[in-house]
Amino acid sequence: MASASPTANNAATTPTKLRVKRFPPAQTPTNTYLTDEKGVWAWLTTVDHKKIGLMYLGAVAFFFALAGFLAIALRTELWTPAKTFIEADTYNQLFTLHGAMMVFFVLVPSIPAALGNFILPMQLGAKDVAFPRLNLASFYIYVFGAIFTFLSLANNGFDTGWTFYTPYSSDSNSAGIIWVTLGVFILGFSSILTGTNFITTIHKLRAPGISWDRLPLNVWALYATSIIQVLATPVLAITILLLAMENILDIGIFDPALGGDPVLYQHFFWFYSHPAVYIMIVPGFGIISEVITTFSKKTIFGYWAIALSSLAIAFIGFLVWGHHMFTSGQSAVATTIFSFLTFLVGIPTGIKIFNWVATLYRGSISMKTPMLYVFIFIFLFSIGGFTGIMLGALSVDIHLHDTYYVVAHFHYVMMGGTLIALLAGLHYWWPKMTGKMYNEPLAKIAAGFIFVGFNVTFLPQFIMGAQGMPRRYYNYIDQFTPFHQTSTIGSYILAVGFLIILYYLAHSLFKGKQAGPNPWNSCGLEWQSTSPPDFHNFSHTPVVIHGPYDYHQPMEEFQLGLAIEHGHGEEHAAADATTSEAVTSETTEA
Amino acid sequence: MANHSATHPKHVHHHFVNSNQQFESAKLGMWVFLVNEILFFGGLFCAYIVFRAWYPELFTQAALELNTFWGAVNTVVLIGSSLTVAMAIRSAQNNQKRGLEINLLITIFLACVFLVIKYFEYEHKLHLGIAPGSFWNPTPEIAAVLDHPKANIFFGIYYMMTAVHGLHVIIGIALMVWLYLRARKGHFNSEYYTPVEITGLYWHLVDLIWIFLFPLLYLIE
Repeated sequence: MASASPTANNAATTPTKLRVKRFPPAQTPTNTYLTDEKGVWAWLTTVDHKKIGLMYLGAVAFFFALAGFLAIALRTELWTPAKTFIEADTYNQLFTLHGAMMVFFVLVPSIPAALGNFILPMQLGAKDVAFPRLNLASFYIYVFGAIFTFLSLANNGFDTGWTFYTPYSSDSNSAGIIWVTLGVFILGFSSILTGTNFITTIHKLRAPGISWDRLPLNVWALYATSIIQVLATPVLAITILLLAMENILDIGIFDPALGGDPVLYQHFFWFYSHPAVYIMIVPGFGIISEVITTFSKKTIFGYWAIALSSLAIAFIGFLVWGHHMFTSGQSAVATTIFSFLTFLVGIPTGIKIFNWVATLYRGSISMKTPMLYVFIFIFLFSIGGFTGIMLGALSVDIHLHDTYYVVAHFHYVMMGGTLIALLAGLHYWWPKMTGKMYNEPLAKIAAGFIFVGFNVTFLPQFIMGAQGMPRRYYNYIDQFTPFHQTSTIGSYILAVGFLIILYYLAHSLFKGKQAGPNPWNSCGLEWQSTSPPDFHNFSHTPVVIHGPYDYHQPMEEFQLGLAIEHGHGEEHAAADATTSEAVTSETTEA
Repeated sequence: MANHSATHPKHVHHHFVNSNQQFESAKLGMWVFLVNEILFFGGLFCAYIVFRAWYPELFTQAALELNTFWGAVNTVVLIGSSLTVAMAIRSAQNNQKRGLEINLLITIFLACVFLVIKYFEYEHKLHLGIAPGSFWNPTPEIAAVLDHPKANIFFGIYYMMTAVHGLHVIIGIALMVWLYLRARKGHFNSEYYTPVEITGLYWHLVDLIWIFLFPLLYLIE
């Protein structure tokens, strides 16, 4: 069926020569996306990717504050070896909630759905994502999933840990587990829709001139992420559905009491949840690549190596789930293979780190806040990555499995990696999103608080983990008291850092200086629009004749927008590779 | 963006350059979604493989309780509906409004026939106490033949697979009714038939999954 179709549809688009023209850059925004439609209702029903991105950002910030607040409560409870102020059962529920919210409501949607939604179409020179209404739907599905999770709290809650392992979760007498699994099931659709949308947008909606080798690395990272989202999330969906059925109907696939297999559940769960780790971290890599070039004023070192290593991580990430089950009774052969494959993931990740550092070499580095976060990222993420390799080593993992060492490891990756990258991206694109600058000295102070607070919180956890402190325990023996107390103090320092950020970003919204279209002098396409951007992102459809990191070109090349002249709608050509090439050669001559 | 309304055909959304780009995007989006569906069902097929490898005798024994005749009829019904949905797309491409409507109606009818047959199969099993999970309570005659202690697990998998597939059939019917209503209003022609095309893709996948389910569940020897 499919084959007969394009010809019938194609009449309007025989590739013709594009009429391109240079436009002076628009300096003062006239009709921005913030002023185009006003009122709460216009926001709630908008299909504009920028507004949806901001709504996601707000929701993610809300859940981050909530789950962060829980973390502070948990750390405070651990100040003394016995009860400090929370009951043991409540403690179990709180750490479960902290984990589930941070993973499903914060880390997974944070970079792709919030920042990605805003920036991706702009980096492609598109007016929107391919399916704007699905984009809005994905936001409401996310909200709906969150409501289900809160309903579970009203139904006795859940205390299985965020992994919902059977038989904890299948034997639970609490109705809360059914609600939260349904919530996560619903949430998966939001992730799938975002992934589908991004893949289609990247393939079909690139502006003329953006060939695959001119794709910003942030786009490559989001592309790799979307592939993982589309391939892994449905497996979580069916797993969670089976788990819910296990609770509602006792169908017996995972429940050992009925003849089912709990390790099968772990296989299913980690087949999603390990790739999901890369859903969380790979978009962070994209942000780092963008920020590091802008503030080094230098072409990225190893463009293809970074672009393809994202895809390599996406691919290998699917083959390592078994390293979560070294102690669950897998066969010795399987554990050995999984251990080997786990080491393999270190290679593309290492390639990225080395390329970033090589990009810095002889660049003209300016230490603005986003760049500061990049350095924090490289430092913290490297520790997280190396300790991950140690956990992938079989004999070491038998000792460290389910200790605080693991907790420290994944916080170094997820918080020291993803969240720090999110902060880098937020500070980098904040002037673009709001049109305002923030208080730079305060921002640097906050970054200092976060860096210090983070290490004070999580370094001691490596030590006590190595000494045998198990994770998720409510009580502990006295020898761990100094470590726990240091960790708790660190978490307070961390909280202060985030409060400072909240203060100066709010201040910037109301009283910040005007940013101007390109405050960082970046070559990126998104900076050629006004700040905040036009309702349609660009006042003219841009035509791209340079790579995204061509800092060796004179800056005027980028600041004078090359664009398709309007009023010739029939001459618009789709941005497929062939027409793009034609455009390029023609315009460079002119 | 002043000239957009003037140069864009009505069905092209503002963020697409032209009709073809919109069509290509919609189709790619649907294919990505279908990949997703395959992995969704993939989880169930994986559970099937694991338990069949562990209890091969259970699967051959329990499959005898399934009615091969009606399963085969349903297979033919679904393949027929795949043909009619393909003919519906063809009609839309050739501006045949009447043909499009008739083919959609036949497809909806066949999908309903499938569900009715499935309903009677379920009904018969529930009557014999071959019910999912905690409702598992086979009559003595059945229990005498089906004496495997893990028999409930086979039917847990059977009910999950066929129910999730049945849900997809119901969603397909809803989409087809929506297409039919739009077709009657004359929304589709050779310039614009994207929804018909991508719903057709979805329907083929639903059909294809059944083609795997039928032998795996009914035809085990």
